Amino acid sequence: MRASEALPMAPTEQRASLKGSLPLGERAIEALLLGCGLVTILTTVGILSVLAFETFAFLREVSPLDLILDLEWTPLFAEKHFGIWPLLSGTLLTSLVAISVALPFGLLAAMFLSELANDRARRILKPALELLAGIPTIVYGYFALVVITPALQSVIPGLAGFNALSPGIVMGIMIIPMIASLSEDALYAVPNSLREGAYALGSSKLPTIFRVVLPSAASGIAAAVILAVSRAIGETMVVAIAAGQQPRLTADPRVPIQTMTTYIVQVSMGDTPTGTIEYRTIFVIGTLLFLITFLMNVGSYRLARRFRRDT
Amino acid sequence: MSLVRKNKRQTERLFWWVSLLAIALPLMLLGWLLVDVLSDAVSRLSWQFITSYPSRKPENAGILPALVGSIYLIALTATIALPIGIGAAIFLEEYGRHSKVAGIIEVNIANLAGVPSIIYGLLGLGVFVRTLGMGRSLIAGAATMALLVLPMIIMVTREALRTVPMSLREACYGLGSTRWQSIWQVVLPSAFPGILTGAILAISRAIGETAPLVVVGALTYVTFVPDGIDAPFTVLPIQIFNWVSRPQHGFVVNSAAAITVLLCTMLMLNGVAIYLRNRLQQRKAS
Amino acid sequence: MRAHILSAASLLLIALSLACSSNPAAPPPAADEKVEQPAAPSGPAANIAIDGSSTVYPITEAVAEEFQKGKDVRVTIGVSGTGGGFKKFCKGEVVIAGASRPIKPTEVELCKAANIEYIELPVAYDGLAVAIHPSNTFAATMTVAELKKIWEPEAQGKIMKWNQVRADWPDKEIHLFGAGVDSGTYDYFTLAINGKEHASRGDFTSSEDDNMLVQGVSNDALAVGFFGYAYYSSNATKLKAVAVDDGNPANGEGGITPSAETVANGTYQPLSRPIFIYVSKAAASRPEVAGFIEYYLTKGTSLVQETGYIPLPPKAYELALARFKGNKVGSMFAGEGSKVGVTVEDLLARE
Repeated sequence: MRASEALPMAPTEQRASLKGSLPLGERAIEALLLGCGLVTILTTVGILSVLAFETFAFLREVSPLDLILDLEWTPLFAEKHFGIWPLLSGTLLTSLVAISVALPFGLLAAMFLSELANDRARRILKPALELLAGIPTIVYGYFALVVITPALQSVIPGLAGFNALSPGIVMGIMIIPMIASLSEDALYAVPNSLREGAYALGSSKLPTIFRVVLPSAASGIAAAVILAVSRAIGETMVVAIAAGQQPRLTADPRVPIQTMTTYIVQVSMGDTPTGTIEYRTIFVIGTLLFLITFLMNVGSYRLARRFRRDT
Repeated sequence: MSLVRKNKRQTERLFWWVSLLAIALPLMLLGWLLVDVLSDAVSRLSWQFITSYPSRKPENAGILPALVGSIYLIALTATIALPIGIGAAIFLEEYGRHSKVAGIIEVNIANLAGVPSIIYGLLGLGVFVRTLGMGRSLIAGAATMALLVLPMIIMVTREALRTVPMSLREACYGLGSTRWQSIWQVVLPSAFPGILTGAILAISRAIGETAPLVVVGALTYVTFVPDGIDAPFTVLPIQIFNWVSRPQHGFVVNSAAAITVLLCTMLMLNGVAIYLRNRLQQRKAS
Repeated sequence: MRAHILSAASLLLIALSLACSSNPAAPPPAADEKVEQPAAPSGPAANIAIDGSSTVYPITEAVAEEFQKGKDVRVTIGVSGTGGGFKKFCKGEVVIAGASRPIKPTEVELCKAANIEYIELPVAYDGLAVAIHPSNTFAATMTVAELKKIWEPEAQGKIMKWNQVRADWPDKEIHLFGAGVDSGTYDYFTLAINGKEHASRGDFTSSEDDNMLVQGVSNDALAVGFFGYAYYSSNATKLKAVAVDDGNPANGEGGITPSAETVANGTYQPLSRPIFIYVSKAAASRPEVAGFIEYYLTKGTSLVQETGYIPLPPKAYELALARFKGNKVGSMFAGEGSKVGVTVEDLLARE
């Protein structure tokens, strides 16, 4: 049943189109089901209004310039600073580490699955890779703190117990399936005629992959990467357990930092009373997080659509 | 074979191995990590661990409130999310296929699937816990989780509905049934295996969710099993979170054991889903 | 190994059914009564809501665990910090607030505005430990002046390396860990070291969860942190306590390391203090709350030492119990908040 097929009309509806109205029971049920569908719209409306309400309330007391110009984030202390950059840099640092792990592995995996593997291998390896995405993030957090950090500490002297490297690596492992799967779709979508054309010109397998298939799939792969980074940015438990709770502006992955998501967890665990500035800050950061991931998701979708159109 | 061709073959072989390694290495790492967890957990897993309450002494601490809390939460979440999700999917697939409203709903679902789970926690905190006054209760947590799993339930239900051949619906109409009658009596039962499987998979994902529940407020110290939907509660992932933050080695072992219980539960649920799907599909085929 | 996992997995299903019914077959001591809920009167009657200091938490947790055995009472304990606990207490959301410093004037006002009267009860002595990584040999002793240099507000963004504090310390980054701003530990530390409560730099890892601070310091050779002594002593193999030199020869020459003795006899200064619980007078008339408090101040005192805190002299506990039974409201500190260097027995006896 393809989406483009029109739905057949039930006899009651055919009669209704002649007579003018459907039986009440049918209309009521349809309204009920529509209501179910509207719940999703309500969810979006709810998210936007909660974020907007608290953020605007916050901005009535604190100027938006403070958010941008201040380089410190100390909203809970006596001397309050509201610069978003420390939390932003913590999030970006962990996400950068994650993508630098996930991209090579994911892309190579995608190339293997799309170009080199036979059917049987693909049937086994693809679901196996999906396993990485099925492990709950709290378990990954445990791995980062209990296994990966001590292992790294024996190799990197001076690595702090809380740092951006360990959760970044673990998050990278977690998003490999995302990159692999979406990139494989992109590679698969490249028409065979391009490959055959290259073979006809005397190219062998490897140069074909790297010089013809990969560049053609580039925007599809870019869409996958953006989506994966957006996932890493929104990740909470891995960084809450292993990255630390110290907001600071740094590019050093070996020291304790704090991400946007960890900050939200920290404050909401302490049960801050409603209506205070401290309570509002978690929604301000939530708004920032939402905007960033939303823009990235939209960007990824647009890229993917352009890619599908071009192939 | 000429030298050029031999080198090409060698590089191809090398690349084949390297890219295979790219798949194998993360999987081996995951395998090693899981073995690590299990070896730590094995000494601690016992009947006592599952039926005890948290304690300041790691050897006495257990997961009973967390496990029961997780089960209650998931049951409540499913009760809320399944009717709404299936209803929405039926609307999108059977009623409003080309209408504008359906289009808006679809765009919404696609968006919501990409929103970080902690944002749902903020939604739950702002709307359910504070504004609607549910407080830090099981119902607030379940409502939040229901919104979180709704997109996934809608998607899998739509997939299941799509597998029902159009001819079935047309046959019903031919016999004079209304749209809803055909859906309720023929289409839904036919799509049931797929819906069930999808629902169980969505539920099994929800059991491992932590971030939104931390924000909505599962407690640190809970020495009782929740006795009502307005009761405070804790869930397995949050208990793990609490224990992992403690420096004593005994608690690290406890969190490993709790992780094992969590993973086993998810494995069981996935297994049940796959088994049910196979059985029900066999029955349909015969 | 497989057998364990398979049995655990199948036991889950059985646990499910059992948890929803009556008591499990072989209940271990700590895990029995609470399974059966419907029989117990649910709601506020049998529920004791506690919140507050993470420093007082381990004692209250231990007392609650022992107290609940064989009784139909539910105790919930949150860890929002001393300040957070008082906010809830003065709103009536909890009936007992744990505090690692006396109640402040603003909080007195808050409670007065809500018509909530409190009974202040000291429960133990606590030292604030300044901890470093065991491999750190250079910072074994620190003066109060040096601590102030590290933690004062002016240090924010400026004092980032060890050798900026003392010239012969290494030219490496300092990683700072400390109690969260809602905690009495933070209030007391800033008062004692920086001279002004709540005044400190803001760029350190600050957390209400002392366990996280212990983790942070014990895993980082360049770290230094402050938290409750009990969290140091229960992790003593992973940490090293700094000997604090307050420059006052009257209570001990040179640097004094925190220990049960030095905190009790007042030589570990200025970082020793009493910790409290505050009980709402209205709730004190409830039998289960009264029973809990009496247990706390009698049998519970043995748990003080077990959890790593320093017990008050027995006479002090008797005076505290008398204070509770006599429903004596108000603070011994005249609502002025923390004072550095007090002995609790004197204050109790004075009242």
